[in-house]
Amino acid sequence: MPLIAATGLSVRLGRAEVLHDVSLSLEPGEIVTIVGPNGSGKSTLLRALIGAVPVSRGHVRRAPGLRIGYVPQRLHIDPTLPMTVMRFLALPRRRAASDLRAALDRAGLPDLRHRQMADLSGGQFQRVLLARALMDSPDLLILDEATQGLDQPGSAAFYRRIEEVRQEMGCAVLMVSHELHVVMSASDRVICLNGHVCCEGRPEIVAQAEEYRALFGTGTHGALALYRHEHGHSHDHDHDHDHDHNHDHSHEAAE
Amino acid sequence: MILDDFLVRAALAGLGVALAAAPLGSFVVWRRMAYFGDATAHAAILGVALALAFDASVFVGALVMSLMMASAVSTLSGRGFAMDTLLGVLAHSALAFGLVGVSFLSGVRLDLMAYLFGDILAVSRGDLAVIWGGAAGVVALLVWRWQALLTATLSPDLAWSEGIDPRREQMVLTLALALVVAVAIKVVGVLLIAAMLIVPAAAARPLSATPERMALIATVIAGAAALGGLAASFRLDTPTGPTIVCVAALIFALTMTGHSLSRIIGNNR
Repeated sequence: MPLIAATGLSVRLGRAEVLHDVSLSLEPGEIVTIVGPNGSGKSTLLRALIGAVPVSRGHVRRAPGLRIGYVPQRLHIDPTLPMTVMRFLALPRRRAASDLRAALDRAGLPDLRHRQMADLSGGQFQRVLLARALMDSPDLLILDEATQGLDQPGSAAFYRRIEEVRQEMGCAVLMVSHELHVVMSASDRVICLNGHVCCEGRPEIVAQAEEYRALFGTGTHGALALYRHEHGHSHDHDHDHDHDHNHDHSHEAAE
Repeated sequence: MILDDFLVRAALAGLGVALAAAPLGSFVVWRRMAYFGDATAHAAILGVALALAFDASVFVGALVMSLMMASAVSTLSGRGFAMDTLLGVLAHSALAFGLVGVSFLSGVRLDLMAYLFGDILAVSRGDLAVIWGGAAGVVALLVWRWQALLTATLSPDLAWSEGIDPRREQMVLTLALALVVAVAIKVVGVLLIAAMLIVPAAAARPLSATPERMALIATVIAGAAALGGLAASFRLDTPTGPTIVCVAALIFALTMTGHSLSRIIGNNR
């Protein structure tokens, strides 16, 4: 039985129908990535799955007792709210100090216990968010563009950590990502979203799909070319994957 | 008996209000609800007018009106209104209607000052019971919901993902706010209730590393301001409610400058 299954999901925000007839399900232990252009409803889909936005049609079914660990896209902590790393990890359930220390050690951040969340670097902050989401040993980890604002080595390290986590804990992972090269290398399944599910399947199959290319790139190279390109060189590109940009990349890769 | 002394009763009333207002005030600060507190407090004067007109308990009148105002604002806030404008309209019209309403009642003109600025020296044993009862209620609510409230304050989405409904937590705060307003009227009056919420919490911020510590220190500061203000007003013969707020503001100035100074020293080292 799937951990979580959405059937015929539609979501309206104000007057706009952001999601239309979306169905998806996650099996234990798999890594599924949702890709899609800006405004395609990726975050809304995740928020509908955790119950944060009302569903106008369709339904979401969770396995009984499903534990979800959620890593939001960004978390703004008001400067008036003092919050140490240790305190943050103990939300919303209080924990023994030894558990908190162990979690920070696992996240590779043993020295940050008493640091204020506001003083962390972007990468450290995301690692703490992840560590908090993992406190309950979730069955399903949901990440909403968790590497936004990180540089490339930072986000690569973050995704390596997620793969480790999957191996250690055996949890399923559902994430939204802009970074197509990561999607291609690290996912069992890709769902290409643009208000509805355009196509889905194994990454190499999705990369060949017409619908996917229409959204992310044309020609024979598309994202796979980008993927090879990224791994061949280590330039620090700005990974802004709009259509034209991809095009450039695929040309470079073809040269 | 010790409660026969009006100064003792006043001190206990001040401490009761401090106990409830300071931790709740921390949430008001963290969630940027300062104006929300104002609107709720100002609505209370309308409740006072109605209670006097119908010969009902002032506490109940104020509680009901603040609850109505707080829930109205809470509901509207989720619907994309421009909040600062809306709160400005609601806060001041509630105050204006309340003042006009009171003017229709004969014999309460003099009393009006007591509701606007508080009359802590006139606190009776019955008032004291209401204040401490209300304060205990607020503290119990906050302690019970503390973790969920904090999570919802950090991020509503995070709360949802943990099975916490942030709308429910918002209602808890709304209820607590109405209670604090109702019990604080007698002590600081409707115009300065928001100050008792915000000033101690803001003063505690530079001294705190965790939310719990901030709420605790804010409570100590609020208590000190209440006692200090009472003592000062007795000596200087000044109105007590405003004097309490003045002392709180001085403590705020002290902790803020202390913080800036220690930062400068820290940077120069």
